[in-house]
Amino acid sequence: MIAAIRSEILKLTSVRLWWVLLLILVGYVGFTAALLAGLFGALGDQMSAQEGAPQFPDGLLPPIVYSTATAIGYVFPLILGALAVTSEFRYQTLTPTFLAQPRRSVVLGAKLVVLAVAGALYGVAALVASVGLGAPVLTLVGVPAGLDDGDTWLLMARVVLAMALWAAIGVGLGTLIPNQVASIVIVLAFTQFLEPILRVGTSFIEWTAAVGRFLPGAASDALVGASVFTSLGSGTATVEPLEWWQGGLVLAAYGAVVAVIGALTTWRRDVT
Amino acid sequence: MPDRTTIEFSGLTKTFGTVKAVSDLSFRVEPGVVTGFLGPNGAGKTTSLRMLLGLVTPTSGTATFGGVAYRDLENPLATVGTALEASSFHPGRSARKHLEVYAAAAGLPPSRIDFVLGLVGLSTYAERRAGGFSMGMRQRLGLASALLGDPGVLVLDEPTNGLDPEGIRWMRGFLRSRAAEGRTVLVSSHVLSEVQQSVDRVIIISRGRSVFEGTLDSLERGGAVRVDSPDRRSLLAALTVAGMETRRTETGLLVTGATPEQIGHLALTAGIPLSLLAAEQSGLEDAFLSLVSTDEATGAAA
Repeated sequence: MIAAIRSEILKLTSVRLWWVLLLILVGYVGFTAALLAGLFGALGDQMSAQEGAPQFPDGLLPPIVYSTATAIGYVFPLILGALAVTSEFRYQTLTPTFLAQPRRSVVLGAKLVVLAVAGALYGVAALVASVGLGAPVLTLVGVPAGLDDGDTWLLMARVVLAMALWAAIGVGLGTLIPNQVASIVIVLAFTQFLEPILRVGTSFIEWTAAVGRFLPGAASDALVGASVFTSLGSGTATVEPLEWWQGGLVLAAYGAVVAVIGALTTWRRDVT
Repeated sequence: MPDRTTIEFSGLTKTFGTVKAVSDLSFRVEPGVVTGFLGPNGAGKTTSLRMLLGLVTPTSGTATFGGVAYRDLENPLATVGTALEASSFHPGRSARKHLEVYAAAAGLPPSRIDFVLGLVGLSTYAERRAGGFSMGMRQRLGLASALLGDPGVLVLDEPTNGLDPEGIRWMRGFLRSRAAEGRTVLVSSHVLSEVQQSVDRVIIISRGRSVFEGTLDSLERGGAVRVDSPDRRSLLAALTVAGMETRRTETGLLVTGATPEQIGHLALTAGIPLSLLAAEQSGLEDAFLSLVSTDEATGAAA
């Protein structure tokens, strides 16, 4: 298993994909975090200036800004994980991989471990971007950055965990859908289009909203404990959001289900 | 050098849907010689090799290395070195990194990487990405991966494909020297002429079935012999009397059903001087093609 893990680390670091994705992740998250901090900070100032207007509590803003690391960044570890598997199918490197380690479950296990760690590192990098740019902007617009608050650091830890789980889900998804193009299209269509619509769509009626909490993106937001999406929640139905640990378990369950199904189907097939 | 290992195919069969890709294939590949695994494209060579290597699950039968299936080998890369036809490289990964990935997976020392790169003549291209490699360089990188674990068994699928004549000659010498060291070498090809100078034994398959197993000599027996004499008329008469099938060509007589020794002896006893006596070069190819095409004809009729 140690040898398989070393091999997977080399696979990941010996091609350019990881740092290209990382650069985009950091840029995208950093820009969005700074934008949100500036926008809401200014908005909050305006609202508090008006007599009798609802107050925008300062403590709510930093988690929203910092959690952009997962709220918009989760698709990057997901894609990294999926590509780690689908590229093996695409370039037929499964052949040398299985020749060097004929026990295929060991290969899959090593991939899950290595990608989860890579996802966690993506999480750290995304936090450096969201906090590194978000906190100064918050301070600039007069909102306490909350970096002296233990809760803020717990949130960051949960961001790292969520990103690790997303990368593992990507690995599972890749084994389930080995076709690289199909895999990427499904990831983008689901995360950028389908799930946002479903989350808004389910949020109006109580029972659909209860189901909607279990969508992967919603579970991820629940795990982290904050998200620009949940905070702007447009729904009218009121359901208790999942606890952070419930969100984490739901997310882990998604990863486990896709990985097990993939392992029992495409991963066992003849390599021709 | 690991122990001498014999490859054993036993009743190996693979069915894809209703198509029998490989049926009841049984043969042994001995150490110390180069064994050719021949057959036209689509005959089932690659499928057979992939079953041997645990990449494809057989419908029935077994293929083992000294009785041990590939999946059960203690240290597969140190036992069996493989280069399969498909160029299985990530185009964005350098040759050295490619080897590092699989050396790590098999727990092999990194020192082997420079060694095998040098062995196949890729040292100067080690840092280049495999995506830009020519066919010949890909073949060499594939061979380098096969040699990583210093295995006692080499299984190479179409290793001469895409090589220039110089590369083919290099490969020939390479395979011979490996066999001479006591290793087991199995080489597949769909072109007999590319391997006929490097193999000692051949297994020929057609439509998934074994149609010939033995030495090249025994395959050629029954092939044509080209013979000529200043007194061609007497030679023709003597051959005809001896019951040999003879055909007149511009460059002498083409005799089938006799060895050069028999013809030479015949000419000597008849007192006919010979100006030419040679086993026909195309005899081997003819024998190969007739084996394969006869089978195709019966296959089509069935």
